[in-house]
Amino acid sequence: MVEILKRAKPLAVSPLKASQPIGAALAFLGLRRAIPMLHGSQGCTAFGKVFLVRHFREPIPLQTTAMDQVSSIMSADENVIEGLRVLCEKNSPEIIGLPTTGLSETQGCDIQRLVREFHARHPQFAETAVVPVNTPDYAGCLETGFALAVEAIIDTLVPDTTNSSLVGRRRKQVNVLASSMLTPGDIEAIKTWIEAFGLRPLVLPDIGDSLDGHLIDQDSTPLTLGGTSRGEVATLGEAAATLVIGRSLNRAADLLKSRTGVPDFRFDHLLGLDACDAFTLVLTELSGQPVTAGIERQRAQLQDAMVDTHFMTGFLRVGIAADPDLLVALGQFLHGVGAEVVAAVASSRAEILADLPAATVRIGDLEDLERQALAHRAQLIVSNSHAAASAERLQIPLLRAGFPQYDWVGGYARTWVGYRGARQALFDIANLFLGNHHDTPVHRSIYRVNRAGDPQFRPTPGSGLVQH
Amino acid sequence: MKTAEIAELLNEPACAHNAKEKSGCARTKPGATAGGCSFDGAQIALLPIADVAHIVHGPIACAGASWDNRGARSSGPTLYRIGMTTDLTEQDVIMGRGEKRLFLAIKQAIDDYSPQAVFLYSTCVPALIGDDLEAVAKAASERWGVPVVPIDCAGFYGTKNLGNRIAGEAMFKYVIGSREPDPVPATAQRPGITVHDVNLIGEYNIAGEFWYLAPLFDELGLRILCTLSGDARFHEVQTMHRAQASMVVCAKALLNVARKLEESFGVPYFEGSFYGITDTSQAFRDFAALLGDADLTARTEAMISREEARIRAALEPWRKRLAGKRVLLYTGGVKSWSVVSALQDLGMTVVATGTNKSTEEDKARIREIMGDDARMITDGSPKALLQAFRDHQADILIAGGRNLYTALKARIPFLDINQEREFGYAGYEGMLELVRQLTLTLESPVWHKVRAPAPWTRHKVAGEALAWRGENDG
Repeated sequence: MVEILKRAKPLAVSPLKASQPIGAALAFLGLRRAIPMLHGSQGCTAFGKVFLVRHFREPIPLQTTAMDQVSSIMSADENVIEGLRVLCEKNSPEIIGLPTTGLSETQGCDIQRLVREFHARHPQFAETAVVPVNTPDYAGCLETGFALAVEAIIDTLVPDTTNSSLVGRRRKQVNVLASSMLTPGDIEAIKTWIEAFGLRPLVLPDIGDSLDGHLIDQDSTPLTLGGTSRGEVATLGEAAATLVIGRSLNRAADLLKSRTGVPDFRFDHLLGLDACDAFTLVLTELSGQPVTAGIERQRAQLQDAMVDTHFMTGFLRVGIAADPDLLVALGQFLHGVGAEVVAAVASSRAEILADLPAATVRIGDLEDLERQALAHRAQLIVSNSHAAASAERLQIPLLRAGFPQYDWVGGYARTWVGYRGARQALFDIANLFLGNHHDTPVHRSIYRVNRAGDPQFRPTPGSGLVQH
Repeated sequence: MKTAEIAELLNEPACAHNAKEKSGCARTKPGATAGGCSFDGAQIALLPIADVAHIVHGPIACAGASWDNRGARSSGPTLYRIGMTTDLTEQDVIMGRGEKRLFLAIKQAIDDYSPQAVFLYSTCVPALIGDDLEAVAKAASERWGVPVVPIDCAGFYGTKNLGNRIAGEAMFKYVIGSREPDPVPATAQRPGITVHDVNLIGEYNIAGEFWYLAPLFDELGLRILCTLSGDARFHEVQTMHRAQASMVVCAKALLNVARKLEESFGVPYFEGSFYGITDTSQAFRDFAALLGDADLTARTEAMISREEARIRAALEPWRKRLAGKRVLLYTGGVKSWSVVSALQDLGMTVVATGTNKSTEEDKARIREIMGDDARMITDGSPKALLQAFRDHQADILIAGGRNLYTALKARIPFLDINQEREFGYAGYEGMLELVRQLTLTLESPVWHKVRAPAPWTRHKVAGEALAWRGENDG
């Protein structure tokens, strides 16, 4: 049983955590013709925007209620109403996501009431749905903010059909609730996986469609350029089943189930053979179709790769730092191929941490990761781009995962899930290990006579430097 | 910080913009605001001071999304690149434990990282609940014997520009003048060369670009007492008051520091830029003129002739490839005219430039450089920028990182001119990197490949608007 160690320091050094409002904004970016607006000072949005732009290498629609000194002290209610009005007037979005921040929460705003008031005062904008969500940054992390936003989207946009169940009206529709640990590349793979069984996936939120990085025919758009549409969200209650990926979405899944009666199947993650098998099995049962030859082949390929790479992954001492869902996913995946999780750091508390295959997990930062990794002689760390400096000091390789990945192209497109994703991850981990393999130190016997042609041992230029 | 203090900071008599509408205090519009807050501005101004522990006091959003995200380089310590924050929790906010946490956090930073000083940045939440940063700084400094400097820069105070000034004000109030400069090392003395002490204000050593210029300062006998703040050290900031001249580099926001150095310590200053050959040479001439050393003037002119001849020869092959190319420039403030002159040095045509953050003086200067038909753009929305790009038949957009993906999505060449960029363009040598990056994007073979329609689409042309995909297809 893993021991969960509380945050032990007054100062967070090399923070691992990203904030709830950014997570909520990310969830809203998975909706079509949408724009999130953070209720806070303009900096909350500016920082969030840069964070997401650098990770996805995409233009990111994100606005602010721009609280200033007067409104921070007197009242910022008008900022919310005015901001919503301006966005509706300028861009007529289908959906505006409205996460709060530490500033507006400390001030004490009632964001739900403000949305009602906006609709009452501006009935001409009834076409635009506004989804408020409380996401102060003094609690939780990116993952929890994302989950709260998904819950708020369901709460605001999914009609209550408990009394007149519409379950299965769309026979082939399968809902997918996708946690923040999934990349656009993951979501694409999940859709293809489901489609292979003749089913039609409806992903919420679908950042695979909006943030996958594709050129569009238009030059620019002030809103998201893809994602789950408002109309689609309204049909969640008509699906045959819901697949929930990531335990952080449990509350959102509970809400969807109680509101619509659609049965759900929950998965902590889709990394590695066991997780993929569990998912595939559910798909065969839901569709009544056998597993396709293509998927069988991919499964066999993954097994082949597991055998090929077990020399490198076996006993591999790994340090991981991430949000809880991703941390446990990576931990179980690596543990499943013989590696040992010797250092584990989570950005915030979550129930799922109890399932991490490690002796301890610290709620902390990248300094904690670095210290634990050093103490337990980790050979590889898995974390976001900020950990590159830690890896350099530790002189071990870094596998980038999670948010943000700004010093690396294509992190957002990487596919971790599925048989193919797992195979590629194994190849990459094995290669990182091979590239940093420490040879046995040379020993030159005192009895050995030096001959011409056997040059004196000299360290090669640049030895001792970290190679990446 | 009190309203009156903010108003005082917004009133900058040395700024040509001061009499008119103040960019620093333009009221923010809900739903239609871009750009960073005062905390952001204060961090930009001070974070490059390399041997200081920079502690962000607040919940995670402020430091979590911003630490180590700028391109300022250090030649020594890397402490400034380590993000530190009190990461306030809900309990801290409700129970008012923020000050205590901050006090202990300072101790932790000192114990673990032995900084030369600790800077505390306030953010919105502690400002709202009334944490007294100044008192904590004073107590911590007395207890542990390390200078602790409070910077009261909550985001809701205003814009990035105001944050720059708050940072400058904090340096002036707590740091500048607290130490005398070291004597010039005997080994660095050269016969016949009088060493003059100078400051650079608002130079951030982005991508290490100042190192293109630093050898020339050495050559001329100009000792940089302090750069605020690229590659700076705390002890250097302390001695800025002893400089004989200051140069305000491309950032009016720290003008308050230069003005106060002049008022309080009689350090004269001028405003200049290191972008482009013409402006770089002018900056060295201005230093020589302010320092009033005839020998320095002669040596400066000799250095300028040598460097200009050398760089013009090196640029010649590139000029042929760039001459006549049309540029749409969208960047704020002083940088506009400075970059315009750099591009004109290369024979390029600047068809229009953004003047959103420019002062009246800047605009006059742009007219002087570009001629009367200079087109100035004030609407910086992606749509407006792309429209201007088409209207003026530009070949390349040069702008800040924020517009990078606007340009790329529209399939047009782009050059990043802001803080996060990875290449240095300053000084004579920087021009070579500039032409390389310009040519690289302008001549890239990818553009026509991404603009041409797929071979199986006969009638569709990329760039033509298509209808959105239907609701429930998929």
